[in-house]
Amino acid sequence: MGKIFKFQQDVDTDQIIASQYLLFPTIDEMKAYTFESLDPEFAGKVQPGDYVVASENFGCGSSREQAPSVLKALGVKAVIAKSFARIFYRNSINIGLPVIVCKDLHENVNQGDEMELSMQEGIVRVNGKEYECTKLPVYMQGILDQGGLIASLNKED
Amino acid sequence: MGMTMAEKIIAAAAGVEEVKPGDIHTVELDRLMSNDGTTHLTIDMYNKLKNPHIADVNKLVWIVDHNVPCDSVKTAASHKKMRDFAREHEITFYEGAGVCHQVMMENHVTSGELIFGADSHTCAYGAVGAFGTGVGCTDYLYAMVTGKSWLLVPETLRFELKGKLPKGVYARDLILTIIGQIGANGANYMAMEFGGEGLKTLNISDRIAICNLCVEAGAKTALMEVDEITRAYLKEHGREPKHAFQSDGDANFAKVYEIDLSAIKPIVAKPHFVDSVVDAKECVGTHIDEAFLGSCNNGRIEDLRAGAEVIKGKKVHPLVRFLVVPASQTVYEQALEEGIIKTFMEAGAIVMNPNCSVCWGSCQGVIGENEVLISTGTRNFKGRAGHKDSFVYLASAATVTASAIKGEIATADMI
Repeated sequence: MGKIFKFQQDVDTDQIIASQYLLFPTIDEMKAYTFESLDPEFAGKVQPGDYVVASENFGCGSSREQAPSVLKALGVKAVIAKSFARIFYRNSINIGLPVIVCKDLHENVNQGDEMELSMQEGIVRVNGKEYECTKLPVYMQGILDQGGLIASLNKED
Repeated sequence: MGMTMAEKIIAAAAGVEEVKPGDIHTVELDRLMSNDGTTHLTIDMYNKLKNPHIADVNKLVWIVDHNVPCDSVKTAASHKKMRDFAREHEITFYEGAGVCHQVMMENHVTSGELIFGADSHTCAYGAVGAFGTGVGCTDYLYAMVTGKSWLLVPETLRFELKGKLPKGVYARDLILTIIGQIGANGANYMAMEFGGEGLKTLNISDRIAICNLCVEAGAKTALMEVDEITRAYLKEHGREPKHAFQSDGDANFAKVYEIDLSAIKPIVAKPHFVDSVVDAKECVGTHIDEAFLGSCNNGRIEDLRAGAEVIKGKKVHPLVRFLVVPASQTVYEQALEEGIIKTFMEAGAIVMNPNCSVCWGSCQGVIGENEVLISTGTRNFKGRAGHKDSFVYLASAATVTASAIKGEIATADMI
């Protein structure tokens, strides 16, 4: 079980991690500023295994991989949204952060609700209800299962 | 079944006869651009690989353009890492030469290529019919090591252009109008393709401005038909097309939009979304603190000329900072030759070195709490240009310059 941190639609990557932190030497030095403009306490409150739940077009804007990377570094188990912007979606899969499309979840949950995700079943359970998620294409699920694109690179080597 | 331009480029890069939307293919990349926004992280990951190597160093172009000149000790460390790695591996390297996409257009990109850039506005390369798409540093690293990547074939939205933009209306107004029409995710995962008679009235600078901003509608790439204007630009820069694909007559488009260029008006995108567009006249009178003319979208010589024409003999409003930032050294030199830099300086503008500047909100011209910026930059997201509680309006070079003179949002015909 993990807690839900709820966000609205069109959350852009500047909100996830602002430009002024991107050239910090490491992701660990950036992660304290995650969602600074939307919820300055997020980085302090989020625990490993918690979830980010959002509405449409999550992660729009810049290609900064720092955006999914800070979420992963803070221990976010998955981002579940009604839809994702393309580059954020692809980056997340490549670094091994589950990004899951679930059309019905956002309206039915609140910040702080306890949720459980079964990746294999493609189902989330929260407040005594189950919500079905869209499954990833097999190719992308394969990348995720390997722990990301670089893991596959090391395997190929 | 016929194929679209995007499908043809992917098919060629995958070495197959035919592809269709939804297919995933392994493709050979022609070029790999990376800038100082993420390259330091790419290098860290590279150094941790079991067997680090570069598939073809000639494909790599690295450009320091986001925080130039360096603004802090932390940035200096990231820049140094990138600089040293580029030297050691003999990677084509630019620093201070301009915004990455402008440098790429001036020196590297050609029609029919498939290019990954570690920057979302890589879709600008469609101006010459190249498939450019933005990726993160993990994708970049994989492509750098293998020369290849995986690509999901996108559906294509076709924009059939007719007519000609009225005087005082610019490519920026056109693409903002389109984004307003289809929405911030209206082209998510898709290619946006532009063609038709109206395309012939748009020069390469216009075409870059249009393709560059397509990611703000979520597009994976933007593509313009290759024509005589494209060929002339490439020839002038010493290049030939790799392929000059056109979509087939029976190609399958997800949707076709007909756009009458003569009906486009000056547009402003209001805070905090690029698709939040209105007729510029609706914003007239809005107080501003800063104006920015530059970026990969509107920092070319044509944009500087448009601004200079508005401000010649006038003064920047005393309560406004007006930053003018040519998109590349080449543009800067041209502007010097034409007396444009002098015009801006005499008017009281602050002319900066070529770089991403205010558009990226971390290096130059950062705005403070509750301040308002009007910008030719690419985005107006909350906090994009500085403080989280600040406001960015997007508009054409002419509208931005007119606003810098008035101290409030104004269109060029009001000057």
